[in-house]
Amino acid sequence: MSPRADTSLESQWEMVVGLEVHVQLRTRSKAFCACSAEYGAHPNVNTCPVCLALPGALPVLNGRAVALATRAALALNCTVHPVSVFARKNYFYPDLPKGYQISQFDRPLATAGFVDIGHRAEGSPIRVGVTRVHMEEDAGKSVHDRYEGATAIDLNRAGVPLIEIVSEPDMRSADEAGAYLRVVKQILEYLEVSDVSMEEGSLRVDANVSARRRGETTLGTKTEVKNMNSFSGVERALAVEFARQVGVLSAGGVVRQQTMLWDGAAGEVRPSRTKEGSHDYRYFPEPDLPPLVLELEWIDQMRHDLPELPSARRARFVSEYALGAYDVDVLTASPRIAEYYESVARTHGDAKVAANWVMGEVLAQLRATGGDVATFRVRPRDLAQLLDLVRDGIVSHTAAKQVFATMVVTGEQPAQIAERDGLVKVDDDAQLAAWLDDVMSELPTETARWRSGEKKLQGVLIGAVMKKSNGRADPRKLGQLLAARLVS
Amino acid sequence: MAVTIDDVRHIAALARLGLTDERAASLVNEMNSILGHMDVLSKADTSGVQEAIGVGAGGLPVRDDGGQPIPLARSLDAFAPALKDGFFIVPRLSTHETPGES
Amino acid sequence: MSAPGERAPLDTGRAAAIRAATAAGATSAETTVKQALSRAREVKAGRDGLNIFVSLDGEYLKEHAATAAQQLTDTEPGLLLGVPVAIKDNIATLHHPTTCGSRILAGYVSPYAATVVSKLCDAGAVPFGKTNMDEFAMGSSTENSAYGPTRNPVAPDRVPGGSSGGSAAAVAAGIVSVALGSETGGSVRQPASFCGIVGVKPTYGRVSRFGLVAFASSLDHVGVFGAQVDDAARGLRAIAGHDPLDSTSTSIPVGEYHLAHARPVKGMVVGRPREYFPDSLDPAVRARCDAAFEHMRELGMQVRDVSLPHTALAIPVYYIVAPAEASSNLARFDGARYGLRVAGAGLTGMYEATRSQGFGAEVTRRIMLGTYVLSAGYYDAYYRKAQRVRTLIADDFSRVFQSGVDVLFTPTTPTPAFALGAISDPYEMYLSDIFTVTANLAGIPAMSQPIGRVGGLPIGGQLMAAHFEEMKMFSVAYALERALGAGASS
Repeated sequence: MSPRADTSLESQWEMVVGLEVHVQLRTRSKAFCACSAEYGAHPNVNTCPVCLALPGALPVLNGRAVALATRAALALNCTVHPVSVFARKNYFYPDLPKGYQISQFDRPLATAGFVDIGHRAEGSPIRVGVTRVHMEEDAGKSVHDRYEGATAIDLNRAGVPLIEIVSEPDMRSADEAGAYLRVVKQILEYLEVSDVSMEEGSLRVDANVSARRRGETTLGTKTEVKNMNSFSGVERALAVEFARQVGVLSAGGVVRQQTMLWDGAAGEVRPSRTKEGSHDYRYFPEPDLPPLVLELEWIDQMRHDLPELPSARRARFVSEYALGAYDVDVLTASPRIAEYYESVARTHGDAKVAANWVMGEVLAQLRATGGDVATFRVRPRDLAQLLDLVRDGIVSHTAAKQVFATMVVTGEQPAQIAERDGLVKVDDDAQLAAWLDDVMSELPTETARWRSGEKKLQGVLIGAVMKKSNGRADPRKLGQLLAARLVS
Repeated sequence: MAVTIDDVRHIAALARLGLTDERAASLVNEMNSILGHMDVLSKADTSGVQEAIGVGAGGLPVRDDGGQPIPLARSLDAFAPALKDGFFIVPRLSTHETPGES
Repeated sequence: MSAPGERAPLDTGRAAAIRAATAAGATSAETTVKQALSRAREVKAGRDGLNIFVSLDGEYLKEHAATAAQQLTDTEPGLLLGVPVAIKDNIATLHHPTTCGSRILAGYVSPYAATVVSKLCDAGAVPFGKTNMDEFAMGSSTENSAYGPTRNPVAPDRVPGGSSGGSAAAVAAGIVSVALGSETGGSVRQPASFCGIVGVKPTYGRVSRFGLVAFASSLDHVGVFGAQVDDAARGLRAIAGHDPLDSTSTSIPVGEYHLAHARPVKGMVVGRPREYFPDSLDPAVRARCDAAFEHMRELGMQVRDVSLPHTALAIPVYYIVAPAEASSNLARFDGARYGLRVAGAGLTGMYEATRSQGFGAEVTRRIMLGTYVLSAGYYDAYYRKAQRVRTLIADDFSRVFQSGVDVLFTPTTPTPAFALGAISDPYEMYLSDIFTVTANLAGIPAMSQPIGRVGGLPIGGQLMAAHFEEMKMFSVAYALERALGAGASS
């Protein structure tokens, strides 16, 4: 079934979405033991008695994980509770070594937050409630396709710290779900609490989706959709599952509460084969961990120490640098880009020029090479110096792009490159006249037509001089020289 | 709240305990007999009483991120029933007959 | 080494004597270990006899003792220098297997050692074999072991109590003077009572549980057996203290328990909780307790009648909370990473075959009970309710101790050791913990010491104190032991 099989039917129905986002916290060690939390080691290398669940081993909580979880909860506008309780979620699975996951249940770290994700078509703001943020540990990895008839278990990931961010069912379309995810991801990036990479599994999304007739206020029966591995996958899966539900409901059927798995390659959702009702997690307070008590002063300090968040930074870029909404969105998309831009703008002074260069040359370069701004060889100070050279008429705009191309490779200072490569702007009349003479003799037809009044050919002649001069000729001066020759 | 044979079957499935019919039937009686002694609790007045959690402890200590993992004096193959290329090997779950990862 | 029942001079027990002799060069750890091994043979501690040990590698121990002794010559002698200490089989050790008396862990050798074992070694002790126990510490008679029942050295047709029956028997048989046990509802004190020795359960959090295979985490404690109060005091002093690997362990300073004998007890208030002296109590047991109270009065202590009104609810609370936690703690025994694996149909079949064949009847029963009381629809009525009543039980103790009572004194068990096979009804067996479970539920320190014999069998008296008041408890225990003298074992 295609997502847009029957738009007339879908227009009578409304999608209701709530999302559960699991985020791996950026710690060196696991949540409850000192094993490395690093990704990509050989199977079961990063394991110890605790995360192997050997008899007699006990968990000890990673304080850094608490700090990162608290920071995330505060940035999501949650109330962080002075007392929260770890609980055991009991179920058997071979990649869950203890037979229970240490999580939080009825007393989570934080509750009652919200995220603003934009505006609806009619202009009303979209605020998505954050029901709760709680801490838990990850399971290991089960590999089902490596050995015939067997499952291979790697516990390197078992015990890595996660937070689960549970939203209210406040989203009304796949687009809104996508917007929520992008906003949350951006906030977490700004906080530096996680790598937030769906590809590497450090951000995972499950969706609860239901359909109801427009105008209804009660919720329909929801299904849980799992197994999406990108934000666009979430959007597509939601559209497909919504269409499926609408198909069932409009044919007079009932939606069954079940877990659906997204198959991105086939573009389909299908019911998970897990038996429904077989989950009874038997949560109870984890007796190996006393309640987590956070001092109010500490929570306040954490709030005070929060970095500038994306929405605040956007507002500031608008007011401080007089940039348009589109430019601000591009420049604040990632905290590193925003910091890079701001450094260029402050050093150089002309925020608009800095924005054009960062959004143009810098982002194009990073996109082309897949590079990261943190390791980009053109440092903000050097880019600002290059922009200074253009502003001061020392290099032309065209030459500046050549200088930039060299900076990307060598990381050298722009003035040094311009000097060495002969890219400093030439405004010496004799030299400019000599180049002009050469061009006029090389392009007699164009020259004749220009002399006869075809003004637009001035550009061709100037362009040829620019090329001959390696971009060094001062185009403004050239224009004056040409004008003088017409008169004479 | 008498325990039935269906309850016993359900609980045994949750706890991954394989029970013979005979043992299951006997557990119905054993559990009912033991739980019968627990009914006295329902008469205790616990209004306004906190549940006992974190007995005798003063809050949850946390450790610094990093440090040395507790070393293993023996490698995994000293105790693992089945180990291959570093992986623990278990029979495949029936819901995962099709290849994939979770 | 002396025979069971024969006692070294008071206040300084056998462990102290071994330590002094080892430090003076009059004996060596190796010699002491050889004596202990020879004593084990003499009392028929093996599988066909008292069945005290699940594993005991004599050759390894002799070798290890020699090395340990060498290492310890140039330092301040440890509190247990050269003293062999038997270890319950649910405490992780690097050489001997750690089976928890279960088939599911047959042959499993832990790749790491429990904190208490490392601490014993730091104190100069020689960990001495692994002792038999009720499977996963679930039982009160050591009859629930996959490796057969242990017999009581005092009366071999009787049970030694449980679940730490092997450790209690190792001390009672005179093989070792100190042994480690574990307690969830009385599994050290009850066998201490049945075997005529001393058994201590410290405050929850006083001793690290890291490496103690969990039964019910909020109730589990490592405990110590001693031939005499001093042996137990030294043993506890050696293993107590904060452990960063156990989040429930405390950094409150550890007392010098073995010096508590020098503390005066005159003027202290001993409470006599009426709920522990019901009309139905065996008059002979009551008489031994009355005699103990009389001694305490003579020592200048004041005996005060007190009430702990929620005591009758302790067994029901215990048999909800403990199985609930156990059902979760024992989920890790799934045949995937270690221990027994029995093939079955697919993964679920393997789980079910492994667990049903790996666990014995009592463990299966408690996992079923625990899973049931935590399951959807029953949690509030059972688990949540039990945890609330548990608070009431703990509050009873707090109230009494805050009213100026220093220690409580009660019988440890309602009866002396019963015959092997005498109790088959699970709940009747559970009732043998009736006087001991309360201390586990409240997390307070408690100990049992011999107060005489009933029908020719030893019976213990129990001291309980407020959280972290082990020093008070030991000072009274030393004084009472001294006052009872030979009366403690006759």
